[in-house]
Amino acid sequence: MAEFLQFLFSGLTVGAVYALVALGFTLIYNASGIINFAQGEFVMLGGMTTVFLALAGVPLPLAAVLAVVAAVAIGLLLHRFAIEPARGADTVTLIMITIGASIFLRGAAQVVFDKRFHSLPHLFGTDPLRIGGAAILPQSLVVLAGATVIVVLLWVFIDRTLFGKAVIATAANRLAARLVGINTGHMIGFSFAISAAIGALAGILVTPITLTSYDVGTLLALKGFAAAMLGGMGYALGAVVGGLLLGLLEAFSAGYLSSKYKDVVAFLVILAVFFVMPQGLLGRAKVERV
Amino acid sequence: MSILQVERLSIAFGGVRAIDDVTLSVPRACVFSIIGPNGAGKTTLFNLISGVYRPAAGRVLLDGVDVSGFAPDRLARRGLSRTFQNLQIFFRLSALENVMVGRNRHETTNVIQDLLHLPAVRRQNRATREAALAALARVGLEADADKPAGSLPYGAMKRLEIARALASEPQVLLLDEPAAGCNPVETGELDEIIRAIVREGVTIVLVEHDMRLVMNISDRIHVLANGRTLTEGSAAEVRSNPAVVEAYLGTHNARGRAVA
Amino acid sequence: MARLIDSRYTPLVAVVFVALALPLIFPSPFYYRIGALVFIFALAVIGLNLLMGFAGQVSLGHAGFLGIGAYAVAIGPTHLGLPSWFCIFAGAGASALVAYVVGQPILRLKGHYLAVATLGFGLMIAIVLTNEAGWTGGPDGMSVPRLVLFGWPVHGSKAWYWVAAGTLAVGVALALNLIDSPSGRALQAIHDSEVAALVLGVRVARKKLGVFVISAVYASVAGSYLALLNGHITPDLAGFMRSIELVAMVVLGGMGSIFGSLVGAGVLVVLPQALTGFHDYEHMALGLIVMGFMILLRRGIVPTLGAALAGRAP
Ligand SMILES: Nc1ncnc2c1ncn2[C@@H]1O[C@H](COP(=O)(O)OP(=O)(O)O)[C@@H](O)[C@H]1O
Ligand SMILES: [Mg+2]
Repeated sequence: MAEFLQFLFSGLTVGAVYALVALGFTLIYNASGIINFAQGEFVMLGGMTTVFLALAGVPLPLAAVLAVVAAVAIGLLLHRFAIEPARGADTVTLIMITIGASIFLRGAAQVVFDKRFHSLPHLFGTDPLRIGGAAILPQSLVVLAGATVIVVLLWVFIDRTLFGKAVIATAANRLAARLVGINTGHMIGFSFAISAAIGALAGILVTPITLTSYDVGTLLALKGFAAAMLGGMGYALGAVVGGLLLGLLEAFSAGYLSSKYKDVVAFLVILAVFFVMPQGLLGRAKVERV
Repeated sequence: MSILQVERLSIAFGGVRAIDDVTLSVPRACVFSIIGPNGAGKTTLFNLISGVYRPAAGRVLLDGVDVSGFAPDRLARRGLSRTFQNLQIFFRLSALENVMVGRNRHETTNVIQDLLHLPAVRRQNRATREAALAALARVGLEADADKPAGSLPYGAMKRLEIARALASEPQVLLLDEPAAGCNPVETGELDEIIRAIVREGVTIVLVEHDMRLVMNISDRIHVLANGRTLTEGSAAEVRSNPAVVEAYLGTHNARGRAVA
Repeated sequence: MARLIDSRYTPLVAVVFVALALPLIFPSPFYYRIGALVFIFALAVIGLNLLMGFAGQVSLGHAGFLGIGAYAVAIGPTHLGLPSWFCIFAGAGASALVAYVVGQPILRLKGHYLAVATLGFGLMIAIVLTNEAGWTGGPDGMSVPRLVLFGWPVHGSKAWYWVAAGTLAVGVALALNLIDSPSGRALQAIHDSEVAALVLGVRVARKKLGVFVISAVYASVAGSYLALLNGHITPDLAGFMRSIELVAMVVLGGMGSIFGSLVGAGVLVVLPQALTGFHDYEHMALGLIVMGFMILLRRGIVPTLGAALAGRAP
């Protein structure tokens, strides 16, 4: 039982990060139909920038804020100089552009920062809490709480503000949104900014537990994307559910099967879901129009 | 016996019953038309018959065999092909190569032979080419054989799709709005093309909004509205049916008024 | 039109000509090595281009097959005592089998789903190669015994230059054959409209699987050669960056252009060599090149040049 709880908590903790990455994917996908393979780099940038600003003597809270600002700025630049000029390109082209951006950001991080692993101090120390025999790091709870706050804020924002309504309208039908006067280009830029912020926050929250380095983005992007598809591409709730499920899947297969092959197990399960329910767990089935 | 039978076919998208309990029977070597206002479900019916969509209920019989749920390629190999309302041209290929793809089910070389370009492949290519040129000639496009398919005018692309389907030597050919975008001269040519195809024993199922063409050419006409069968009969019967006139006028379809 | 440059067998003539002419201008034997690398990568890229450029199916995990081919010529001779030449074939066979098994489910996916599934597949191969250290040497990799052909040890850049050139010529010829055949036409049709190909009776799933297997074999042979040329391999060869590099070579040269694949491989192999002093900036440069080309020269070098030439012709 203690073991089970242990796996459960570690699964939920990484799952929360996957959920945030998936949420970032979903925002951009809904606004533009683009899959942003550079999403994982925002997580890396959040963690690494905070680490290096802190090393340079900037107080941690300020470093974290600056890191989020930096990630947002990069998200906006990415949109302005890489996505906008390629409007109307086909899927492969857009995939390659965002992958190119991802490689570029990773290469830049390797030059600007370094190639080593880094950590951040835990917010409430490293003495584990004992819950039902399992040892839980306080930082795990910080990650879960942080993720919850982000999801709730995002939901309130989208559900309650005019701007949020424009986001929903754009997601539902881009052409119609344009016809009623919504600037869909701004919406896409805005979705890049928010996604970058969410990713950076996730990176800052989780770095004390998982460490960070210049190249953590790729795997995170893949997993966040897989989580988004698992939940149902384009559904915010699906992204959260998919992320948490993926985290749990990994934690339990690492615990009970093989820690070396946890990624493989997770991937196989996701593939199985694609085949049985291509629309994802929460998505609605669609028939392609001919 | 009829070549194509549809029995109590149904499919819904979300709440929309696009095809709702439709039954029809197409005799051999005739022109069987399906008409109805936009959104009536004509294209959806074609998608169901050709295996692009899976029916939620009901059956499709081709030459007496239950083929419900068969994949489109399997149906094509049993002699059912079609064209598309929204063009599905192979833009990367020339007009001739488009039609050559239609010969695919008659080509017998395997991929290893293809890689090695064995004499069998060369023979095959020649035979395919000739058959494809013949098919192009049947729709009057032989002069455009080597043009990129994407460079053809809209009406020519519609005919290219017919040639491509013909090249696969179907028993039943579904044509979805072949006259859309055609001028009166082209429509007249289309009339001739369709008649020639039927003379060779191929059965045509035609979805078309050009009522002159439909009334001239059809042996039977099946009328759909809101996914359901409104009526079926000869051109004269359908033309004089007040329910048909109302269905069309009710949607303010300009072309539809030609019915009255 | 693009046909001006890319007409049948012109690329083959080009390969033979370039392979014969290059040694005349090589200032030092070091250049044979770069030449060999270009030819080997071009081989993998042509296979991938058959899959992506002709059939329209993305693979972001193709380096996985490079890895299988590479480890076949490392593990076979070292652990099983098999001759290297045999292991090249065995690796190709293993890659074909893996592609056949994995391709059946994966190729049913489309667009982004296919991209992620293939990416995941590549990562899985890399994970296996990293984890099974008893066989593969783990993250540090393992050394690769030399290839011996008919008692003649193939070693040194010069020998590999000629072996790679010869194999590339065969690879180009087979690819050109395929394009001008029933299978090739079917693949290009699938790229444009799967549903139209289906209603004409094309067995779409089988054709896709076939070209996936073929492209896997191309990559596998290239992987074996890379391993034998370098004498040492690590799981990085099967990694994500390699897969992206292959895709970048395809799109850079031009999707659907065999000639383009040679150009794409040439540019992306030579460029990093020219930038060796800036090793740290290699990823930044690759990222910028990929983005730049995708934004500014979407169709790739060769099709764009071909269109420009055709435009000027009367
Ligand atoms: N793949 C699909 N997904 C959702 N709705 C569809 C799909 N295909 C058709 N429909 C709906 O079915 C109805 C019939 O459409 P269609 O068959 O195209 O009509 P027609 O060809 O008679 O104009 C329409 O309401 C259309 O929106
Ligand atoms: Mg229609």
